[in-house]
Amino acid sequence: MADVNQGNRPLSPHLQVYRPQWTWVPSIINRITGAGLIVGAFLVVWWLIAAASGPEYFSSIDWLITSFIGDVVMFLSVWALWWHMLGGIRHLIWDAGYGLDVETSEKMAKGIVGLSVVLTILTAIIV
Amino acid sequence: MAFLTDRKRATGLGSAKSGTEHHWHMSISSYALVILTPLFLLTFGPQLGNSHEEVVAHFSRAWPAVITGLMIVVGMWHFRQGFQSIIDDYMRGLTRKLSIIALVCVSYGLMAAGIFALVKLAL
Repeated sequence: MADVNQGNRPLSPHLQVYRPQWTWVPSIINRITGAGLIVGAFLVVWWLIAAASGPEYFSSIDWLITSFIGDVVMFLSVWALWWHMLGGIRHLIWDAGYGLDVETSEKMAKGIVGLSVVLTILTAIIV
Repeated sequence: MAFLTDRKRATGLGSAKSGTEHHWHMSISSYALVILTPLFLLTFGPQLGNSHEEVVAHFSRAWPAVITGLMIVVGMWHFRQGFQSIIDDYMRGLTRKLSIIALVCVSYGLMAAGIFALVKLAL
């Protein structure tokens, strides 16, 4: 067996080969939100740089980030951040050896969907 | 080659080429970020849309500056580790290596830029 197919090994299976299920879909969304959060991180750092460079540059970036498109991007980033945090907690619980049965996994997945939306709206209202 | 066991020949051929430290480091930063994320949203969020003087005054205070700094450092570290898992899973060979180099440049570049801005604002 070991001498067969050395080197040319398969990559991870891709999304399209599986039927969507409550166990894996939130997991891949976790990966997508994690990667997507670089946009939010980039905007936050850009805004901080602008604030450090002086009032004129700051006002142009602050305008951009609080414009309609900026608001949409920031709102989505906040949702991605909450989702990624809740999804991450799910993974930490799994790593600790709990909640690995299908029923609990699916319950946690549905909890993430609900909680991430609630927390995002709460953040938008409070902050 | 004939003297190697199958087990030995397979070592290092997994997608990440190494052991479990990567996963462990992800866990550590995850725990930190579970605490940092709400703190960051609560301290940083309200500053968007404030005037320049208010923003400078805010980040001159210790807590907002420290929380934002930690969020940037731990967040970018977590991104650097986490995005590498994506690269490890979907790319190989030279593409994988070049992608990891680019990832490291972006992650640490953003981290350095954010810290520079914070220091300048705080001092």
